[in-house]
Amino acid sequence: MRKDKYRFLLRVGQVLLSIFVTLLIIGVLIFVTQGRDIPVLDTHGLIADQEKNLILVVFALGFFIVIPVFILLFSIAWRYRAGNTKAKYQPEFESHRGLEALWWGIPCLFIVVLAIITAVSTHALDPYKPIDSKVEPVKIQVIALEWKWLFIYPDEEVATVNYINIPKDTPINFTITSDAPMNSFWVPALAGQVYAMSGMSTKLHFMANSAGTFNGVSANISGDGYAGMTFKVNSMEQADYDAWVKKSETSPQYLTEAMYQKLEQPSKNEAQATYVLNDFDLYNKVIMKYMSSEGNASTGELKAAL
Amino acid sequence: MWQGIQELVFGRLTPSDFVHDPIMAGAGIGMVGALVLAMIALTYFKKWKWLWKTWITSLDPKKIGVMYLIVSVIMLLRGLADALLLRTQQAAGGSVEVLNADHFQQIFSAHGTIMIFFVAMGIIFGIFNLIIPQQIGARDVAFPFLNSVSFWLFAAGMILINAPLVVGEFSAAGWLAYPPLSGLEYSPGVGVDYWIWSLQIAGIGSLLSGINFFVTIIKMRAPGMTLMKMPIFIWSALGSTSLIMFAFPILTATLGMLALDRLLGMHFFTSDMGGNPMLYINLIWAWGHPEVYILVLPAFGIFSEVVATFSGKKLFGYKSMVIALAAITFLSFTVWLHHFFTMGAGADVNTFFGIMTMVIAIPTGVKVFNWIFTMYRGRVRFTTPMLWFMGFIVTFTLGGLAGVAMSVPAADFQFHNSLFLVAHFHTMIVGGVLFGAFAGFSYWFPKFTGFTLNEKLGKIAFWLWIVGFLLAFVPLYILGFMGATRRLDSYDPSLGWQGLFIVAGVGVMIIAAGVGFQLLQIVVSIIQRKKNRVGEDPWDGRTLEWSTATPPAEYVYAVIPTVTERDAFWESKKNKHHKVAAPVYEDIWLPKNSGAGAIIGLLAMVFGAAIIWHMFWLVIISFIGIVVTLIIRLTNDDTEVKLPAAEVAAHELKRGTV
Repeated sequence: MRKDKYRFLLRVGQVLLSIFVTLLIIGVLIFVTQGRDIPVLDTHGLIADQEKNLILVVFALGFFIVIPVFILLFSIAWRYRAGNTKAKYQPEFESHRGLEALWWGIPCLFIVVLAIITAVSTHALDPYKPIDSKVEPVKIQVIALEWKWLFIYPDEEVATVNYINIPKDTPINFTITSDAPMNSFWVPALAGQVYAMSGMSTKLHFMANSAGTFNGVSANISGDGYAGMTFKVNSMEQADYDAWVKKSETSPQYLTEAMYQKLEQPSKNEAQATYVLNDFDLYNKVIMKYMSSEGNASTGELKAAL
Repeated sequence: MWQGIQELVFGRLTPSDFVHDPIMAGAGIGMVGALVLAMIALTYFKKWKWLWKTWITSLDPKKIGVMYLIVSVIMLLRGLADALLLRTQQAAGGSVEVLNADHFQQIFSAHGTIMIFFVAMGIIFGIFNLIIPQQIGARDVAFPFLNSVSFWLFAAGMILINAPLVVGEFSAAGWLAYPPLSGLEYSPGVGVDYWIWSLQIAGIGSLLSGINFFVTIIKMRAPGMTLMKMPIFIWSALGSTSLIMFAFPILTATLGMLALDRLLGMHFFTSDMGGNPMLYINLIWAWGHPEVYILVLPAFGIFSEVVATFSGKKLFGYKSMVIALAAITFLSFTVWLHHFFTMGAGADVNTFFGIMTMVIAIPTGVKVFNWIFTMYRGRVRFTTPMLWFMGFIVTFTLGGLAGVAMSVPAADFQFHNSLFLVAHFHTMIVGGVLFGAFAGFSYWFPKFTGFTLNEKLGKIAFWLWIVGFLLAFVPLYILGFMGATRRLDSYDPSLGWQGLFIVAGVGVMIIAAGVGFQLLQIVVSIIQRKKNRVGEDPWDGRTLEWSTATPPAEYVYAVIPTVTERDAFWESKKNKHHKVAAPVYEDIWLPKNSGAGAIIGLLAMVFGAAIIWHMFWLVIISFIGIVVTLIIRLTNDDTEVKLPAAEVAAHELKRGTV
């Protein structure tokens, strides 16, 4: 009798302790998360918005499966615990056609739904697909260097390091390459990422729908200074953007071949810089330098598309 | 002139390669110190001969299995120490430098490589060695000597991957060393070579071992054990080993090409001269994705055995389970591209690989339901292995959900290479493979020792692991949504990530405490072995391994059993009123000990070290040494020793009376 009481108290203690630990963990997680910027969910671009919705739909669908699994797991485990001798014991119960059909069937249905979502969303959100808009897009060529980002505005005839200014509500067409190990170009608040690879040109499109400054990073390790390969995306009103372009055109620094060779040298945590574009073919030259005459004859763009 | 000779003899090795920063030097001195201490102890207690005769030269799979497990546990501690260092750097605030970038990158590259190749793979092969022959009613594996070679190649790789703590540096290119970063242009040092050659040598060991166990399962099952009467763990091992046979040659070829790029300046994977890094990324994942299933399928098998035994009930839906295992085995070769949806492949290609990835969730989901329903109408005993099982279902389902979310390409663009991804694969590999290994360890431990592990300490370890695990990885999921990428040695403190990294760091420390309790559990259990002594069948087992002596005799089965049904041992216990005919003992042939495996391992290690440091004369000599050792061993026909029937009978009589 006394032993029963002791065990009961122990059980109560265990339950209280686990509730306390759970609440503590949740409390700590809320405390360290609140007020922080969550760009994948707090999106500011046409593409990222759709990607966020997609993520939320997939998770919602997933919880339809996960929650019943948890309920089944814990209720069956509790009901058929060895101590509960009242529960039915059927050691030979090893298969049931109906039940098994049910759990081959339900996941199949779930996957069919998800497959349709996948097929549609993958085509709709293909990073190579230009954004449908009446506004004339801004073209930006991206070159990942050791360990900084060089952005070339071929039409505006300016170039920047580690920041881009863009007009809001305007599609931005990126072509991306690398003159360094492989990097990945990612601005989570505006769109998902695409790799930057030397000798190849990949594409990405996005459009900011509000003004503000967003963080961009390299998402793929590329050597010593990789962690410092961050850049800012400043989305602004068209007028502000035009003013910036005008001002940049009078920048004292020119992106000549000599300047590029200087930029190409490995350096960490590079400061932002603005240049007047001098060599209009620079982006292609950077790609073509990996295409030596003995090398593969196919163009970079083709290879990346394969 | 003098320099020329030096280069000829020592390759690129110079005295300055032994100089390390304090943390690495400390780890190096610690490792070498422990080795020296062990050697002194062996000399003092005059145990060298014992070590050589009973362990190093042994071809007994039970001994080889234990050696695999010992190596894996030591490597688990190394990998865990790496994890602690990584989290310390990240919790320090983003701009504080505990480790410099290069050192940080070496550590995460080592952490990943060691945890997969020398912890997870080692544990899987350890369990294969200990369990497979017994469970199929065989005395040994198909090729006992090959088994020893496999283990010593694995050990050679293990030593090579730890050598950078003492001499040289390790790769800083991540655990899969993507070119062009891992190419000669961006990584001219020895680091990537260490990575290549330790994996190449251990990988060949894994391939040989995979072949060995595949043949063992196909050819050596007890009479009557048809494929559909095999225990489900054997099915999972069959899936795993067939994956090894198809996937590991890809790894060998890929590493070989990368080595040629680096040694001879070839251009398989460079960006210029017609080379193509995308080829490498495809090849490495054509191995890498099946590798995940090589590890997790056996864990599925272990959980199936555990849940059936501790529910006192047949495994639910055996046929479904087999079909699901086969489906996963096949499908695992059709999804590798989901590791790089972001490489710019077209929407059609991405859609195909995304859907194939989701399809794997179907058989996996079926398995989860079958496991849960194995408990239905059972009598579930919540011993430590069952707790690991419950923990596994919870973490694996949640991690699986994250995985399904990432299999949608457009969603993956936001998750790829972020800490969300890191959290996902840790949930799967820790919650799947490691929890499975822990469940299997406490489940089968009494079979080989005759006493159970201390339950109380085991349960404390479990709860520490679960809490630590949630604390270590839930923050990483959140950080992924915040745009934190993997492998960051520094970040802008104004992003406010530090709090989450601190929580994650605390989680790793709690996990480390859990590991501490597991080690304590083993020590305490050995001290209290008299108290926890159990017989041959402590859990009311179902499969054949519980019918053998505890600990099993070297020959395991005096008489090879005949199987008529699934769960052969359970059925034989049920029908024990049938009179069993007196056993007829026969002479048993056992493999003789052989030192050739260890010698080949040693020479392979020398070969690896020599090629890493460009000492080409030594490369040639050690290679010739390996070939000569093999020829000597393979031309020797006197490799077995006879155990006379009388001796077997005497041994079995003793077992009957204990």
